[in-house]
Amino acid sequence: MTVWEAVIGIETHVELSTESKMFCSCPADAEGEPNTACCPVCLALPGALPVPNGKAIEGILKIGLALDCDINESSIFYRKNYFYPDLPKNYQISQYTFPVCEHGHIEIDVDGASVRIGITRVHMEEDTGKSTHVGDGDGRIHGADHTLLDFNRAGIPLVEIVTEPDIRTSQEARAYGAELQRIVLALGVSDAKLEAGSMRFDVNVSVRPVGAKELGTRTETKNVNSLRSVQRTIDYEIDRQIKVLEAGGEVRLETRHWNENTGVTTSMRTKEESEDYRYFQDPDLLPLEVTPAWQSEIRSGLPELPAITRARLATLGADMIAAGVLADSSDLAALFEEAVEAGASGRAAGIWLTGEVVAYTRRSDVAVLETGLTGGRLAELTAMVEAGKLSSSAAKKVLIAVLEGEGSPEEIAESKELLQVSDITAIEAAIDHVLAENADAVDKIRGGDMKPFGFLVGQVMRQMGGRADPKVVRDLLTDRTAG
Amino acid sequence: MTGPDIADLADLTIAEAGTGLRSGDFTSTDLLAAVTKRASATEAHLHAYLTLDHEGSTRAAEAADASFAVGEDRGPLQGIPVALKDNMCTLGIETTASSKILDGWIPPYDATIVTRLKAAGAVITGKTNLDEFAMGSSTENSAYGPTRNPWNTDRVPGGSSGGSAAVTAVGSALGSFGSDTGGSIRQPAALTGLVGMKPTYGIVSRYGLIAFASSLDQIGPFSRTVEDSVLLLETISGFDPKDATSINAPVPNFGGSLGRGVSGMRIGVVTEFLNGDVIDSQIIAATRGMADKLQDAGAEIVEVSLPSTEYSLSAYYLIAPAECSSNLARFDGVRYGHRSNVEGTTEDMMSHSRAEGFGPEVIRRILLGTYALSAGYYDAFYGQAQRVRTLVRREFASAYEQVDALISPTTPTTAFAIGEKSDDPIAMYYSDLCTIPSNLAGDPAISVPIALDDAGLPIGFQVMAPALGEEVMYRVAAYVERLAGFTARASLATSEVVAP
Repeated sequence: MTVWEAVIGIETHVELSTESKMFCSCPADAEGEPNTACCPVCLALPGALPVPNGKAIEGILKIGLALDCDINESSIFYRKNYFYPDLPKNYQISQYTFPVCEHGHIEIDVDGASVRIGITRVHMEEDTGKSTHVGDGDGRIHGADHTLLDFNRAGIPLVEIVTEPDIRTSQEARAYGAELQRIVLALGVSDAKLEAGSMRFDVNVSVRPVGAKELGTRTETKNVNSLRSVQRTIDYEIDRQIKVLEAGGEVRLETRHWNENTGVTTSMRTKEESEDYRYFQDPDLLPLEVTPAWQSEIRSGLPELPAITRARLATLGADMIAAGVLADSSDLAALFEEAVEAGASGRAAGIWLTGEVVAYTRRSDVAVLETGLTGGRLAELTAMVEAGKLSSSAAKKVLIAVLEGEGSPEEIAESKELLQVSDITAIEAAIDHVLAENADAVDKIRGGDMKPFGFLVGQVMRQMGGRADPKVVRDLLTDRTAG
Repeated sequence: MTGPDIADLADLTIAEAGTGLRSGDFTSTDLLAAVTKRASATEAHLHAYLTLDHEGSTRAAEAADASFAVGEDRGPLQGIPVALKDNMCTLGIETTASSKILDGWIPPYDATIVTRLKAAGAVITGKTNLDEFAMGSSTENSAYGPTRNPWNTDRVPGGSSGGSAAVTAVGSALGSFGSDTGGSIRQPAALTGLVGMKPTYGIVSRYGLIAFASSLDQIGPFSRTVEDSVLLLETISGFDPKDATSINAPVPNFGGSLGRGVSGMRIGVVTEFLNGDVIDSQIIAATRGMADKLQDAGAEIVEVSLPSTEYSLSAYYLIAPAECSSNLARFDGVRYGHRSNVEGTTEDMMSHSRAEGFGPEVIRRILLGTYALSAGYYDAFYGQAQRVRTLVRREFASAYEQVDALISPTTPTTAFAIGEKSDDPIAMYYSDLCTIPSNLAGDPAISVPIALDDAGLPIGFQVMAPALGEEVMYRVAAYVERLAGFTARASLATSEVVAP
């Protein structure tokens, strides 16, 4: 039986969150009343001309540098010609040869192993308008009786990031998408909202027998808009293509559509029907010059990238999972670093922050900065737990109260009487009391039957109102029940 | 009214009119009345205007008069009636590019050139006829009917800016603006006895000019004298942040050397354009005669061969259609312009709107350009044409290392008869033989009338200069004008139809 492997490449579109559009001064805001953020340029009125937005170029340079790309000192805008009602000029200004960025890569982590995904190119283009198909057709053009057009989105700067066909599994693809989203968010160049379409994926999948050198025929599934869907789309396509091939059929070179509800991809158009885009250099735009000085200015202004942040947090003691969660939130990461600075163990601080603290902020729908927690207080809490002053259940109660803004852990533990008693005389008094009332149990233990030991520990703890250190109780009880 | 007769005002140069306005001999309103009267008398014979903006021009003339009255002077075009080719967007005034597909379209914005003219106090009389989307050399390709030549109404005025040429030639404006992609200002200027000039690419903003071929299109002026040409160009040129191809540098001092003569200059005659197989013999003779006069005036005349010009026409007719096929894609009936009533899909609506809205020459060029850009043909056609363009540029650049300016005929023939070439596109394309190379090179060039042929039709003489070499170009052109002593006026401008 043939063993198959998949070959996967991903094209990602990221809408930049610049103030104005790519080639005109309209606000880059697609959310307003339809057709209110438009002008002669983005509506492609006769005579209107595009002028590139320098802020958008900065955005793509940040992305390209973060992905370790080479930056072309001179890059060229092309026209991609095709007719579609929501494409005002009936060509899209995009790039072809000489994109802004080329030859980069990204490291992703899959099950603890690092995988390197090559980036072929990162290029600049503009978004289209939005079509809304009205009538029977379930929102799709087939069956609709008319279409409404909104050009607010037309001309919003769009960066396209294309990988090499280096991805082999749906899990790697998902990890790639997640890491790319983290990078874009860290750079602050886009809100990268998958559900809102400001970041979206086109997934290219082919399969071939393991060991084969030649690539199989690929399909492209367009506009997949969640990480989970990326994984599901790929799993579905791999499975479908293998079935087709094993049944003696051929995979068709085609564009497919992912249906979120049915979990199935369907054919949109074969590549034979697809357009000849007649790319040519846009004569309205001069080559885009990126001087080495501009490049180094952008490079020196780059924030710390998520992979570096994760590595740094790990060296401070956070475990891999906690480091990942902390790196995704600059607020949590900052609290973590403050706590470690104030003497907390990185491991403990990481677990508290990514466990109880994240759960609390979700449950109460507050930002962590709006709570009463500080790095110093977290360090205080972990120190109390380590010193045996708080049981883990008491520590949770104290942390919630700290988050609620009730004060420092010491104050709260004090006022709520949650401090553990390590005072041996008090515990011994309780043990005396319990042993006196349970002479039978002591006899059994001394006779070699250890069953009642746990019962005695429980009785002592109860006597202490739960505030004794269980370890101390056990040690003392062991001594006192020894024959 | 103390000055000369109103009918005469329409025959003044812009410089003369400016002097009259400033000395109070007449008002801008008088000037406007004169050109309007001239238009009323001649339009039935010419069909040069598509739209006359009576209301706007009256208001602008009154505003100019008010400015003069308080001593406010916004420059040499204040109060001067000028006309615009109808491919330049004018806020609130119908702009059609002579195409049915834009019939009734009213722009919501002014082209940069219009903004500048308004700021300079110019009086915009109206919009002039052209070959549809500026594609043609005779103004016969207008969806609204042809414009006729005021020298002989059986002849074409040239094109594509034939309407702008005719109005300035006949006096229904004192100057006008056209656009020149392959000769569309210089060729009609030559055929109507005017000075017509194409600036260095990037000197005049294209924002608001309905694009034909973006890498070649330039707006430029028509005038009766070289001096007027300078005044018109000065007003409209300069960096525009709305046009990414606009040159961000101070504009040259165009008129700085107008009176300096040509003594000591080295001027090259382009030998390829003195070839009797393609150029009319009377035109060759007139061109040689003028070269001799320049030599007598102290210029050194040398023959310069530009062999790549042989391929310029072919390269142009690939590059320009390729760009137009993409530029004209936006006319799809979706957002503005003609929309077909065809039943069917959105795609059917778009394709029928285009098929119904565009004329045959426009469709021919869109098809040609689409083909030239298609996968598998790109390198052989568009790619090859771009290589020729690079070659032309290099050849001109190296020529300008040897000479200060180049001279040639502007056109292979004088004004031809209406209908004569309209069924033969290739013959029509040859009208631009001598003008296309400057567009490919991006250099400035000007046509100056120097003589009449045996049929009494004007002959144009072309002066070309390197990029941003307008000052040198105008210096030679002004001396050519002086040596030619060309004072003839279009017959219609002096006929009984315009008699007061």
